[in-house]
Amino acid sequence: MKLKSTILIGAALAALSAFTAQAADTIKIAFIDPLSGPFAATGTSGYKQAQYAADVLVNQKGGVLGGQMFEIVGFDNKISPKESLVQLKRAIGEGIHYIMQGNSSGVANALTDAVKKHNDRNPDNLVLFLNYSAVDPALTNEKCNFWHFRFDANADIKMNALTDVIAANDQIKKVYIIGQDYSFGKAVAAAAVKYLGEKRSDIEIVGNELHPIGKVKDFTPYATKIRASEADAIITGNWGADMVGLAKAIGDAGIDAPVYTYYAANDGITKTIGAAGKDKIRLIHEGRVNPPPTEEYLAYHLGFKEKYPEADITQFRIANALAMLARAMNETNSTDPLKVAGALEGMEYTTIQGDKVVMRAEDHQLMQPISISVHTDENIVLDADNSGYGLVTEKTISAEDADIPPVGCAMERPSS
Amino acid sequence: MSEITKSAVSELSRPLRKTLMPWIGFVILLLALPNIFSSNVGLYTMNLMGIFIIFALSYNMLLGQGGMLSFGHAVYFGLGGFMSVHFMNYIEDGLFVFPMYLVPIFGGIIGLVFAIIIGSFSTRRAGTVFAMISLGVGELMAASSLIFVAFFGGEEGVSGDRTTGPELAGIDFGKDIHIYYLIAAWVFVTVALMYLFSRTPAGRMANAVRDNAERAEFIGYSQRKVRFVSFCASGFFAGIAGGLFALNFEIVTEENLNALTSGVVLLMAYIGGVGFFIGPIVGAVVFTLLQSILSNYTDIWQLYVGILFVLTVMYVPQGLTGIIMMHTAAWRMKRLGILILPYLRIGIPALAMLAGIAAFLETVHHMRTAVEGETLMSLMGIEYDSHGIVTWIVILVLTFVGGYLTRTQLPQLREAWETANKPPASTKGAAS
Amino acid sequence: MLELIFFSLLNGIVTGLLLFMLASGLTLIFSMMGVLNFAHASFYMLGAYFAYTVSMYLGFWVGLFVAPVLVGLMGAVVERYGLRYVHRWGHVAELIFTFGLAFLIEEIVQFVWGKDTKAYHEPEILQFPLFTFFGQNFPAYKAFMLLVSIAIFVVLLLILTRSRIGLIIQAAIHKPNMTAMLGHNVPLVFMGVFGVGCALAGLAGVIAGPALGTFPGMAVVLGSIVFVIVVIGGLGSLTGAFVASLLIGLLQTFAIALDYSVNDFLHLFNISFDADGALRDLWTLSLPQIAPILPYLLLILILIFRPTGLFGNRET
Repeated sequence: MKLKSTILIGAALAALSAFTAQAADTIKIAFIDPLSGPFAATGTSGYKQAQYAADVLVNQKGGVLGGQMFEIVGFDNKISPKESLVQLKRAIGEGIHYIMQGNSSGVANALTDAVKKHNDRNPDNLVLFLNYSAVDPALTNEKCNFWHFRFDANADIKMNALTDVIAANDQIKKVYIIGQDYSFGKAVAAAAVKYLGEKRSDIEIVGNELHPIGKVKDFTPYATKIRASEADAIITGNWGADMVGLAKAIGDAGIDAPVYTYYAANDGITKTIGAAGKDKIRLIHEGRVNPPPTEEYLAYHLGFKEKYPEADITQFRIANALAMLARAMNETNSTDPLKVAGALEGMEYTTIQGDKVVMRAEDHQLMQPISISVHTDENIVLDADNSGYGLVTEKTISAEDADIPPVGCAMERPSS
Repeated sequence: MSEITKSAVSELSRPLRKTLMPWIGFVILLLALPNIFSSNVGLYTMNLMGIFIIFALSYNMLLGQGGMLSFGHAVYFGLGGFMSVHFMNYIEDGLFVFPMYLVPIFGGIIGLVFAIIIGSFSTRRAGTVFAMISLGVGELMAASSLIFVAFFGGEEGVSGDRTTGPELAGIDFGKDIHIYYLIAAWVFVTVALMYLFSRTPAGRMANAVRDNAERAEFIGYSQRKVRFVSFCASGFFAGIAGGLFALNFEIVTEENLNALTSGVVLLMAYIGGVGFFIGPIVGAVVFTLLQSILSNYTDIWQLYVGILFVLTVMYVPQGLTGIIMMHTAAWRMKRLGILILPYLRIGIPALAMLAGIAAFLETVHHMRTAVEGETLMSLMGIEYDSHGIVTWIVILVLTFVGGYLTRTQLPQLREAWETANKPPASTKGAAS
Repeated sequence: MLELIFFSLLNGIVTGLLLFMLASGLTLIFSMMGVLNFAHASFYMLGAYFAYTVSMYLGFWVGLFVAPVLVGLMGAVVERYGLRYVHRWGHVAELIFTFGLAFLIEEIVQFVWGKDTKAYHEPEILQFPLFTFFGQNFPAYKAFMLLVSIAIFVVLLLILTRSRIGLIIQAAIHKPNMTAMLGHNVPLVFMGVFGVGCALAGLAGVIAGPALGTFPGMAVVLGSIVFVIVVIGGLGSLTGAFVASLLIGLLQTFAIALDYSVNDFLHLFNISFDADGALRDLWTLSLPQIAPILPYLLLILILIFRPTGLFGNRET
């Protein structure tokens, strides 16, 4: 015991003094997301996709700047904003200048703030934040910041497209909104109320409920409440374990209303829903899967399945983010975050799905086509969770039609 | 009463040099550290260490000095943090002018206020009732923090900016090194204050009540009042630690006051040793090092911490400091040299055994988590095949031969220990 | 509304009885050894994980019997070689030991089974809606949980009040020294009760795993709420634990079902408040929001005003 502790202290001290900046022959990108806890499934899936995208889209094509490779380094933030800042400090300490994060807008809000502060105070050691999935509109509205780039469509853009579909369905008279109690869940609820009111004032919102994020273990009481409200449709922004639980409870209770979601697919969710959700669950998302839009994408997807048979490509935007980052580095012939950020602003890029996307310079929001897909087992080429079920795209809305201009973004640009 | 005062006075009238020496050394150490570990990670680790030192010491005012086992000490730490971050925002908004480096005072005050409120009913009893109330209060606060969004900021917490407000000699505390010196200054002041508190009659009576509440009552002290005073002081210092946390991280979230943080502080204090004033300091230093450095090398560092903690509780209840202090008798008698060789003889096989166990855990962990087909792993710079037969032979040999040799060396160590600690013939019985 | 109340009642009872399976063991251990076993919920978690592993090879029903036995044996080992050893350092050390054990078990579970949620499912033959009421299904598995919990309660009550072993246990709780004098092996009784208590927690884990999810945080979720039940119900009182479990179970489900807020209440009196004030959260407080804090509020109040708990006759 005595020796063990002395050894540990000794080893730890030796390790502490051994800290030096590591030589940068690779370009490290910190992937700060939940790799443990209730949202680990979503976080680790994204981590695998980032590693695969970096390998296939960048490294196998010879890297950037004549041979420098991307290396994705995982940092577990346990979905906590505080822990994310701790991991950000660690990443910066290891000499990393590019960070990726996506799960939870609460975390993204903290990170964008911290990155801005860090860059203001350390102009010689800049950090760029590539947000691949946190869709709270505030991040590109009032909280917009030069060092933050969002590669997913924000909640307003998605809800705008989603409510078009709902509004077109005359059967729907009563809508129940349920979400996680944090910035994103609130943003979804607010956008749903706003756009439904504008498009179909006759629709009654029979429930607008927020539940604690990641803490509800049994959604049965919520399902009971939804059933009792006699809603014709349910809207939810839930993701990760909260989506699995909600879908399971809705299925168990035998609720037959259509469910409009942001994230009800993959990471075990498709498998849980299975036959019960066929033609009932719809998803608003970027990046189409069925039918596969291009041969190139099909090969990319199948290559991923070969490497990670248990996982799926759930967030195609990760590939876009890394490919655009690589292009920005090549264009500027530099890894300096300031120059790279300048190149990313306004960048036009054609994804391997064949879509043209544009990084809007004004608020750093990527403008891209949005799809609405249905959960089914018919016409599935690429299924999810190896369940035979997957998403078939019913409708695609062009980037221009889906777009919502930013509100209140006064971006401060560095003077140099 | 008069006796206690007398002992306190005699404490002060000892040769000043001897009393002040450790404190001067402490200052020099605090000033020198950032020059030795100047990297970002080093600074980050030391900042966290400083905050945890204050927090753990404040916890020990309850557990070690007052005999109160609390499972909710993070409440005062967290509330102090929230109050401080709100004040940081008030300063930023220009609501009033106040230097940023004094903001932790507000953290301390809110910690004190809540300690007065909660202590007024929880200190009535010690033991399990106190522990349960502290647990309940902790859970209550953690749950409330998600409800009262205006104050606690919900899931996202509250962020602030430490660079606003009046500057100190042109420093705006933007850089980590500035915040290090700020934390170091606070650490020095609060550690000194907490040490002095333990020397006051109130601190001495806390020990008396811990050891035997009934006897303390007989000499005219209300055990409840004595506990209450310690409790309030402890809440105050925990709040200051929370305020420093807010300054360092510029964000405070619900995690700062939940059960996990309460557990961590108990862990730190206990591993360090609750029976000694410097115990929690040792514990905070060791824990932070494990947390920020071991986690760079292994995913399962918390498993090691858990094992260390349970082993400490079972076999070394006096903590790491207790182990060091066991050697003072031999040190005074200048016999520490006798122990060096036996320690080496037992240390080398024991080290081999620990390396074997760690390698076993790491290899199993790698086999379970690595991508299908990937068998190459590296541990402390050594690369090997995790499925190879040689690997397993090495692990087994290290563990069992190391373990066996450690066992064979025990008697000689025991003998050496007895020789080193045998009281000199003239003062028989003095060193018992 | 009737539908809502009916289903909330059913769900509340299911949750409450599940909690009772944990609380019954904990309250016996607590009153016997005076040790608050922080690791109790960890044995519940171990039950779920053992059952998951067993069910992969031998099916759910084998897991239902094997897992609690394994957990019970582990509990007995912990008592014999852990708690009894630590006892020499005093009460506080025992408490800290169980606390550390809870931490360690969570780490071990993550080490052995990984950090993600395990796909531990209810058996096929219980995957159907038992009945449909107002168009809402009640899953058969919930009914199964209900049955198992009630059976355990009845068996436990019979053993403790009607059997010789139960008499000895009751004697050992109240007068351990006297019981030892009468020739009973009290340490063995302690070890047995600790083991059986852990086995009960393990059984709760086995049946709750498929319904509430099998993941490393499942112990923490239930851990502190079980303490609340034990203290509210009163130490050593099975009846108290039973009533408190149902109370907390119903409280948790009904609070979600009934969506009333302070605002609604104030509206009755035609009072309205500024929506942007610093106290805005106070006016919009709703029942679902305060539901999680009610048990702890109750705990503190009970400890202050009635430390014996609702049905207990001994102080903590």
